[in-house]
Amino acid sequence: MRTALAVLRKDLLLELRTFETVPAMALFSIAIFVIFHFGVNRPTVDGQLAAGVLTVTLLFAGILGVNRLFVAEREQGGFDAFLLAPVDRSALLLAKASALFLFLVVLEVIAVPAFGILLLGPPLSPTLPAMILVLALADLGIAVIGTLVSALAVQTRSRDVIGPLIGLPLLIPALIATARAIGPLLRPQGPAPLPGKWLLILALYDLVFALVAYAVFDFLLED
Amino acid sequence: MDTPAIELRGVARYFGERIALRDLSFTVPAGATLAVLGRNGAGKSTLLRVLATLLRAHAGEVSVLGEPLPRRAFAVRGRLGLLPHEPLLYRDLSGRENLRYHARLYGVGAERVEELLRDVRMERRADEPVRLLSRGMVQRVAVCRAVLHDPEVLLLDEARANLDPGASELVEPLVGRLAGRTRVITSHDPEAALAEADLALGLRDGRPTFTLPADQVTPDLVRELYA
Amino acid sequence: MPTYGKGLRGLSILTLVTISAALILVFFYAPLDANQGFIQKIFYIHVPLAIVSLCGFVFGGLLAVMHLRTGDRRYDMRSYVAIHMALIFGVAALISGSIWAKASWGHWWVWDDPTLVSYLIVVLMFATYTPFRFSIEDPERQARYASVFAILGGAFVPLNFVAVRAAQGLVHPRVLTVSGGNLPGPMALTFLISILGIALLYVTLWKYEMAAKNARIQLRALRRRVLGDEDISPLQRTAAPSL
Repeated sequence: MRTALAVLRKDLLLELRTFETVPAMALFSIAIFVIFHFGVNRPTVDGQLAAGVLTVTLLFAGILGVNRLFVAEREQGGFDAFLLAPVDRSALLLAKASALFLFLVVLEVIAVPAFGILLLGPPLSPTLPAMILVLALADLGIAVIGTLVSALAVQTRSRDVIGPLIGLPLLIPALIATARAIGPLLRPQGPAPLPGKWLLILALYDLVFALVAYAVFDFLLED
Repeated sequence: MDTPAIELRGVARYFGERIALRDLSFTVPAGATLAVLGRNGAGKSTLLRVLATLLRAHAGEVSVLGEPLPRRAFAVRGRLGLLPHEPLLYRDLSGRENLRYHARLYGVGAERVEELLRDVRMERRADEPVRLLSRGMVQRVAVCRAVLHDPEVLLLDEARANLDPGASELVEPLVGRLAGRTRVITSHDPEAALAEADLALGLRDGRPTFTLPADQVTPDLVRELYA
Repeated sequence: MPTYGKGLRGLSILTLVTISAALILVFFYAPLDANQGFIQKIFYIHVPLAIVSLCGFVFGGLLAVMHLRTGDRRYDMRSYVAIHMALIFGVAALISGSIWAKASWGHWWVWDDPTLVSYLIVVLMFATYTPFRFSIEDPERQARYASVFAILGGAFVPLNFVAVRAAQGLVHPRVLTVSGGNLPGPMALTFLISILGIALLYVTLWKYEMAAKNARIQLRALRRRVLGDEDISPLQRTAAPSL
């Protein structure tokens, strides 16, 4: 645990120093909103369409973060440094997934209000508590899958392509659950209650992949 | 101390079909220095990485500080220090931040970081990002990183690379012979390496050509190795 | 070193017999469907292909678990063959499903159907398995990473199915319910024989490919021993496990 905190602290420090990841994710998400505006050719969106646009945007912006996650380790010897130390190696998984989770949260703090302003028809504020819950669960899933996929991809030759290629299909269930959960919140006539079954599916998804990730991560590091 | 610090028997390591190490057997007593000589690509770095627990041997037995690897790697990692070709420092963080990070990983206090920075005379430039430092300075910080946790065994891959004579003197007490640690060193300069070693191992295409006390290594043997 | 060839002839004959029996049943025994007519018979090949391929993916995942647990590269070989065989069966399932969809609903593809959609996602995911393997050069690392991928994929199959099923309505004919099936007697028998035939086909092809790969590896090892390491041309970069 102490190790995971040390690694997380280092990653947050690096991000604050270089601003390589989060600003890119945020700007990318806003660009996607603009593109969607032209793509669907409507002044505002609501209901399930809005939920879909928001979720897909967050997913694609999140992929940017995923691609970057292990690059510094790979290029600057960070893996070696970590592997030499007398520490539990799953701490790296925990630290990286936490970092990605935090990046996604910051992304959403910027992107969701932007969505509310740029594209969303019905007002955003009444939906916020429910929205936060759904996005938190979704972020957990993206963080776990993203960390795994990033670790898989970073050692390959075409890592920027392989990451999304493997990650996006894996994230489809999370995408479905998130979009379906948010849909009723964005109805033009006012938010409907949060559909519990989708939260359950998201939670199940997060749990299963967190367990799988914990079980296999060590094998990605050893040599 | 009866247990040798390092013991290898019949060790082999492959990368796909390429043989990186083969039929490697030697013993290094505690406190001694082993010089590993050979051309580029002979397997020196691979050997160091195996000893550092970063790579596992595909055949044979490896034992460091009495612990068999890779089974007991976890027990021995904190007592080993590796200084590879790359400095293993994040370029966008400062020297101090890098060392503090490693200190946290090893459970070492911040005072030790300051002490080492003073020893290599880097205290004043330790807050600049590593990418702004000269190669020699980076190497000095890298040396600090390698000895931060006061390891009993030091694995040095070209430790003096990029160091001017002044800097080389500064790091000598940390990584040199008199520090009393067991060392495995490689160097592009076989004579310099032999001068500070007790034992010598010659590698050619992953296979050992000789394993001798350092003073018994003749210039002919060295020449053959690099021919 | 097992050779996988043992019993292969017997297995092949059994497979041939079962598939022939299935075909006979399909064409001469199973009744004609009231609504869809003759084209419904494609069900007897489409569904078994889909089911066997999904099982193949999960089987590949389990073999990958064994690989990581034991470090024995032969498990990786088995996992690789299982997955890419399942992928072939999967593509065949998608094509046959598409033909059936066109014939009964008029479209080559329908999004309304959760089974078909979730199946497409699974096939899409596993289609990246081979390019992924190819992009890692070191064979040992390739095997390890591929096993992690296979395990992720194996865990993914049930989750994906649950999510998509919950999301969409039911257009796909639900002939196999949890309670055990509501197929009338003759259809049920035909279906059973068909699925048995396809499953046997999968196992037979799996064994054939294992035997072929194994033979190639042994041959190369022998050549290396006889000719010496230097005289052998180095292995090309490959996605296939090389042991």
